[in-house]
Amino acid sequence: MLIKNRILVLFAHPSQHRSEVNLPLLKTCAAMEQVTVVDLYAEYPGFCIDIEREQQRLREHDVIVFMFPLYWYSTPAILKEWQDLVLEYGFAYGHDGNALKDKLLLCAITAGGSEKAYQCDGYNHFSIRELLRPIEQTATLCHMTYLPPFALFGARTAVEEGRVEAHAHHLGCALNALANGELDLEQACAARVLNDCIPDEAGEQT
Amino acid sequence: MTGYFIQAFIYLCAAVVAVPLAKRFGLGSVLGYLVAGVVIGPVIGLVGDETETLQHFAEFGVVMMLFLVGLEMEPRMLWSMRKRLLGLGGLQVTLTTLAFMAIGLIFELDWRIALTAGLVLALSSTAIVLQTLGEKGLLKSEGGRASFSVLLFQDIAVIPMLALIPLLELPALAEAARALGEQAAADGHGDLLAGLPNWIYAMVVLGAIASVVLGGFYLSRPLFRFVAQSGLREVFTATALMLVIGIAALMSLVGLSPALGTFLAGVVLANSEFRHELESNIEPFKGLLLGLFFITVGAGISFDVLSTNWLLVIGITLAVMLTKAVIVYWLAKCFSVHYANRWLVSLSLAQAGEFGFVLLAFSTQNNVLPEEISALLSLVVAISMLLTPALFIFYDKLLVPRYEKAQPQRKHDLVEERGKVLIAGIGRFGQIVNRLLIANGISTVVLDHDAKQVDNLRQLEVKSYFGDATRHDLLETAGIAEAELFVIAIDDRERTVALVKHLKSHYPAVSLLVRAFDQVHYYQLKKAGADIIVKETYYSALDLGCQALVELGFHPFRAEQLKNTFVTTEQASSDAMFASWDASTESGMSPGYRELFMQQEAEIRAAMQEDRHDSHSHSERGWTPPPKGYSDDLAAESDDSEKQPG
Repeated sequence: MLIKNRILVLFAHPSQHRSEVNLPLLKTCAAMEQVTVVDLYAEYPGFCIDIEREQQRLREHDVIVFMFPLYWYSTPAILKEWQDLVLEYGFAYGHDGNALKDKLLLCAITAGGSEKAYQCDGYNHFSIRELLRPIEQTATLCHMTYLPPFALFGARTAVEEGRVEAHAHHLGCALNALANGELDLEQACAARVLNDCIPDEAGEQT
Repeated sequence: MTGYFIQAFIYLCAAVVAVPLAKRFGLGSVLGYLVAGVVIGPVIGLVGDETETLQHFAEFGVVMMLFLVGLEMEPRMLWSMRKRLLGLGGLQVTLTTLAFMAIGLIFELDWRIALTAGLVLALSSTAIVLQTLGEKGLLKSEGGRASFSVLLFQDIAVIPMLALIPLLELPALAEAARALGEQAAADGHGDLLAGLPNWIYAMVVLGAIASVVLGGFYLSRPLFRFVAQSGLREVFTATALMLVIGIAALMSLVGLSPALGTFLAGVVLANSEFRHELESNIEPFKGLLLGLFFITVGAGISFDVLSTNWLLVIGITLAVMLTKAVIVYWLAKCFSVHYANRWLVSLSLAQAGEFGFVLLAFSTQNNVLPEEISALLSLVVAISMLLTPALFIFYDKLLVPRYEKAQPQRKHDLVEERGKVLIAGIGRFGQIVNRLLIANGISTVVLDHDAKQVDNLRQLEVKSYFGDATRHDLLETAGIAEAELFVIAIDDRERTVALVKHLKSHYPAVSLLVRAFDQVHYYQLKKAGADIIVKETYYSALDLGCQALVELGFHPFRAEQLKNTFVTTEQASSDAMFASWDASTESGMSPGYRELFMQQEAEIRAAMQEDRHDSHSHSERGWTPPPKGYSDDLAAESDDSEKQPG
């Protein structure tokens, strides 16, 4: 029997009225039955994060997705605040901190630079996976399984180049695979970006 | 005196019985009035001779209606519809007149009679159409606007028609009339100016119009402000009536249409802050008089003429309505009015109208139409008006559903120029709300009962209107039905609660954002059904308290956290507090409530103090460092896991 994994998408975008890519992606997520979407900036406009509620949410889900546009090689501020507040000692790590054990953590990000820029000879010098190491280590310390980021590069021109729809669909496929437990975790964890491990079924058909 | 009372009672009685019944059966109030008239007039004969006199009086309802229409109409908007006004309206009047004239000529009528009949029948009923469209909320739809521009043109066209008709005098009738003496001469319009040469007459007319416009611009505001400051509502009503009646008198004195004059005055006052108050004052008079007018139309139907010529009358009526509808439909197509709206225009304008009666009476006086033709046409006009509600029902029940399927999103353009947010009370609280909304390009309609305040704000170019926001009719005219949000910031506890209750029961779709004075008021509002309530002093007091903590040496960020903890702890118990208050409203503060309050205070204190003993305090929780020495544990753990592959 197949037990579906419940997915929690923590969405952090500080200027949604200008969002071209992330909102369509969010819509894709929200439409999926096994996904809970939390718009952090909408829920905590004053940054007063309800720790109790957030920890309860984490307990109720099996896959945690940080969804955000990359700002200065990191998450927007509220997602950092969320980590600082919610991942408490005794809850997420440390003595008796096992609440997140064996859950999956995925960053679904959009980046302005092209994929070439995120290489050691590109102007960003590091790969996305390398830049997100703090989150990777956070996941490890919290006994979680860290997946490589699911990324859209060149996000600023994605609309003009008509790439948003395909990417949203691809993300939907990734979440589906995660929800159904169909992902080969060993292969996935070794990948550069998660995009490479997800066959884009309907995307190829259209 | 007794006679008047009895007559008035009969008319009112007929209206009270017939109109609600007609409404219940979905027929609209106009048909109700007409039927009431038919019943008390020709059917049971309770009223008779005085109908005609009453009708002249009741025509004043049309005048008031045009004043109100003018108020809704800003000059800018009027200018933007000039194309339709002249094109659609002009062509409708010309083509319809010519068509009827041609038909008359085919039936070998004298060309003058044919032309006059054409003019009479070309006009439609402003009263019925605007009233019905208003009731159905269709005035702002494309079809409603097209109908309105045609009707407006017709109302204006009445004036040259009145000038033209005396020139069409029939020699035979004129002879007969001369034998009857000079009395016809005294019946015309503008008798005061009868003897003046044309250029002086023209000057006087222009002067009258100019005085209406200039008076509206410069005199009305100080006058209204003066009256408003007295604070007496009935004096304001009297002023509004005085204005309308005065203009009507001036216009008919110089031989212009009173309806046109008041319409003009309405347009001039459309930008005034007193607009909504004027509307709500005139509205009931207009409604009553128009109702009376429709009753007299019904009562005036002469069954004698009808029974002898019923085939002819019905035949002409149907032919008239069909011809008018076809012409308007075709014109609407040329002026690209689309879908159901095209049907709306053509069906709503198919009848002849009340100005037809005016023209008929005028033509008989001027020896243009023989009595029997005039009586016949009167019947045609009345019956076509009687049939109009049926056409609206046809439109509603058969045409709209058909087009709604094809065009599901059409209704949206109704809202476009209403404010999305209504703000009642523009004092120190409402003003800030308004400024924030306006700064973000949101259109607001602001109401306040303080004329001075409204005036000050107008100078700052805030769109504000004078009026008592707790009055239902004023809310209607301010556009509550279309508003999305309603902000209540009026300076009166009881009225605020009453307004919330009223709005909740009549306009449940509107979200209510309400300013509360204090905790008890907050509970009252919550019970009344307000959606979002903010205590006026709460956040500013918290802010000051927070500053106090900072002054006392707390780190600003720490003070902010403590403030937030205060708010969340209080919010957590607010539902229980409300329930307890609700249970004890009648008997004053119950012991249960007091207990809860003390408990809440204790909780807040505890939440604040917690961190001194416990590293997991509410206020500082997120920034609690892990326990000292935790790192060694983690290192040990990590060594363990390294031993286990995977």
